[in-house]
Amino acid sequence: MLELKNISFSVNDGGKTVEILSDLNLKIDSQKFIVITGPNGGGKSTLAKIIAGIEKPSSGQIIFNGEDITDKNITDRANLGIGFAFQQPVKFKGLEVFDLLRIASKKKLTIVDACEYLSEVGLCAKDYINREVNSSLSGGELKRIEIATILARKSKLTIFDEPEAGIDIWSFQNLIKIFEKMQKEIRNSSIIIISHQERLISIADEIIVLANGRIQKQGSGKEVLPTLIGTNSISNVCDKLK
Amino acid sequence: MFNFDEIQKRILREVADLHKVPTGAYNFRVNGKLAGRNNSANIEITSKEDRSGIDIRIKAGTVNESVHIPVVLSASGLTETVYNDFYVGENCDVVIVAGCGIDNCGVQNSQHDGVHRFFVEKNSKVKYVEKHYGSGDGTGKRILNPTTEVNLDEGSIMEMEMVQIKGVDSTNRKTLATLKAEAKLFVRERLMTHGVQQALSAYHVSLNGENSKADVVSRSVAKEKSYQKLDLCIVGNAACHGHTECDSIIMDEGKILAVPSLEANHVDAMLVHEAAIGKIAGEQLIKLMTLGLTEKEAEEQIINGFLK
Repeated sequence: MLELKNISFSVNDGGKTVEILSDLNLKIDSQKFIVITGPNGGGKSTLAKIIAGIEKPSSGQIIFNGEDITDKNITDRANLGIGFAFQQPVKFKGLEVFDLLRIASKKKLTIVDACEYLSEVGLCAKDYINREVNSSLSGGELKRIEIATILARKSKLTIFDEPEAGIDIWSFQNLIKIFEKMQKEIRNSSIIIISHQERLISIADEIIVLANGRIQKQGSGKEVLPTLIGTNSISNVCDKLK
Repeated sequence: MFNFDEIQKRILREVADLHKVPTGAYNFRVNGKLAGRNNSANIEITSKEDRSGIDIRIKAGTVNESVHIPVVLSASGLTETVYNDFYVGENCDVVIVAGCGIDNCGVQNSQHDGVHRFFVEKNSKVKYVEKHYGSGDGTGKRILNPTTEVNLDEGSIMEMEMVQIKGVDSTNRKTLATLKAEAKLFVRERLMTHGVQQALSAYHVSLNGENSKADVVSRSVAKEKSYQKLDLCIVGNAACHGHTECDSIIMDEGKILAVPSLEANHVDAMLVHEAAIGKIAGEQLIKLMTLGLTEKEAEEQIINGFLK
């Protein structure tokens, strides 16, 4: 489904070139639930942005369903079937929850449709549909609305950048259900999650550990998970509550 | 709808959302002349005798009624100043729609200066909608200079929706309001300028009575080489609450001067102002592009939402 060939990405930091991703090669098949983990600053979010077209790689090639999309912009990639859920949801003055869902769904959205997407993320449409997506909403509410837009989008490949950030434990369970449902309902779809969260890592078909801009480990959950326990690539809910 | 031509009908749709003759009281002014009037049992419209304009008298206790007074200028080179006075009796609850649209296909300027004065008596509620719109491909300018004076008696409430989204080359808007005890004023202004248009909008609200309240919010977008000056002033002369907010998006080579000001002349006057000018945030565009919109479409959605 997705293939990254020799992807590198560097930035200029005060005249010095800093390499964030180095000659990265990665293949993602369809019907997979992939978790990319690794220490902070290892290049995970950059990789997610490169797949969505938000950042351009310094070199390398990106192939999506057999098509070279390296030079395609964000819009083209979105319309080819790549979805992206932001770590920090974007706020809009004036745009309402319904507007975002309408734009995401690519069709004439009914209130019933919107209600379905919102109820899946635990929000009552009646209370939220006409709310502006602005600072009057809490971080958790914004995050759930962000995920609802992804549900409405129904992309073949969806990347979630730290979906658990800002979500409480109750909705954490639901988050997992949402991922499962997405994979069931969208044929041949795959999900890439950027996360440190043990509970997400433990349900992955495949785990990719990214550190210092390189893939350190890649393999099934069974193989990779035990090697992560006790490292800074993983955390669990209890740690957060300590 | 009477003998309006297609341009005039289109303008009526734009400024007053009118697709047919409205129910209730109305007064249509087209190219400087009266084009239709209707009074209701409770609302009487009469022409002024000393100058151009009308008096609208709404009887005490009138509820759930509306008045439409749209103005259309579709002939090039017309310049007019019109004085309209609204007398709203006690305990009313009414809607007043007063849009003005200019279509100028000619080379001469077309200008409408409307002076509206409101005298709202005790415990009445008025919703006032004013939409301004310009169209036509002539080189003559479309100019609208509205002056609105609002006098709110004790316990009365006025909600004002002031919208100018398209096609007005030059506007100088002045809104003055005085509030007595327990009176409330809510203003929502939406302004968009493009090309080389100029828009000046000034509000001066005096909170004179105890527990009076004003909330004046202006949202504007300045595109291309247009210029806006937004001057929002609230004066607290009693124990009162006042809030102004001036929020603008700047694009291209637009220029915006925001001058929010507060004047407290009483120790219990609680006044707040907020002002922000900025371009569309890059992350907003990116988010909508990840939902499949082009950059231009994303920009349109953001502006439409902002000015909704």
